[in-house]
Amino acid sequence: MSIMSYNGSAMLAMVGRDCVAIASDTQLSANGQMISTDFQRVHMVNNNVMIGMSGLATDVQTLWADFRARTKMYKLREERDISPRAFAHMVSSALYQRRFGPYFIEPVIAGIDPDTKKPYVCSTDIIGCIEKSPNFVVAGTCTENLYGMCETLFRPDMDADDLFETVAQALVNAFDRDAYSGQGAIVHILTPTELITRTIKTRTD
Amino acid sequence: METLISLTGKDYVLTASDMTAARSILVFKVNEDKTRDLSPHITMAFCGESGDTVQFAEFIQKNIRLYAIRNNFELSPKAAANYVRTQLAESLRSRSPYAVNVLIAGFDEHEGPELYWLDYLGTLCKIPFGAHGFASNFVLSTLDNAYLPDMDLEQGIALLKSAIKVVQQRMLISQPNFQIKLVNKDGVSVIDI
Repeated sequence: MSIMSYNGSAMLAMVGRDCVAIASDTQLSANGQMISTDFQRVHMVNNNVMIGMSGLATDVQTLWADFRARTKMYKLREERDISPRAFAHMVSSALYQRRFGPYFIEPVIAGIDPDTKKPYVCSTDIIGCIEKSPNFVVAGTCTENLYGMCETLFRPDMDADDLFETVAQALVNAFDRDAYSGQGAIVHILTPTELITRTIKTRTD
Repeated sequence: METLISLTGKDYVLTASDMTAARSILVFKVNEDKTRDLSPHITMAFCGESGDTVQFAEFIQKNIRLYAIRNNFELSPKAAANYVRTQLAESLRSRSPYAVNVLIAGFDEHEGPELYWLDYLGTLCKIPFGAHGFASNFVLSTLDNAYLPDMDLEQGIALLKSAIKVVQQRMLISQPNFQIKLVNKDGVSVIDI
């Protein structure tokens, strides 16, 4: 089994009209054995940016500690919150620094630019190559399923409620056909004014 | 080939660790203590590469003790678990990583009983019950089936007994002795079940 699927995960980020969403499954497994159904892979960087990390769980925790420290230092130095684009490039360079002994995560980043209020969504590979997307990005152990669901369900300019429904349906129906991920989901919707977090119960077999 | 089982109840955590020290086809002893107490209210059960295990556990134990002496303040179970995680995660990308899996059981006066699952990669997870080792394949289904949150001590011990029974009944490798530790508001104690 690949090291990228050792812990199993499924996540996606999607753009709506003046809003973005990240959805992720909530299970942690090790080699196919379920450890927990309440594992956190998505984190709020600040009120404008969030990051979800698929891949090896230890690196998710190591890197989140690192990113949190870096963004706090950024805020102290600059006296403003980091923008989604700047944060994505910070993540990218952190990953590329380990080019020949990488951290085994594929992050998805979603946010709203604090200046332009435009939604921003991107993902990177394990060595930090940024792929910016105008609609959605996916990561984890069932990306084929996720791409299929997103391609069929995505519509441009969804409002926050529509975006939640689309993202939730796309994720849940993708990971229900994946043995390594699932067991519940969490969806974060970010608008310029608020963050809406909803947990979803799904099939647990 | 070692077994660690642990579960949280209403106001306690129970851990069971097998006491067999074996290598290849030989059993050396059946009264090996595979736990170390990190503070009056935290205990850590460990398994993995022999040699690494005791070395790592005592390194952690001594450092957490040192912190408590220097700062006149005991680490909470959560803080201790995160310290152990950081040490394992740093070790993972070193030249000679520790191959040690641990369960950290603690009691915090604000948070109540806590159990942390941590593998040799440094994956930390707070869980209500869990296991390490080959026996997790048997034990987890037993616990999934019968575990209830807020069990009193009697129920918890009964469940732990049935989990150990499954290991001894179904697993190829013989593990005759288990050490049971109870962590509650009064601290860590070894109990007979």
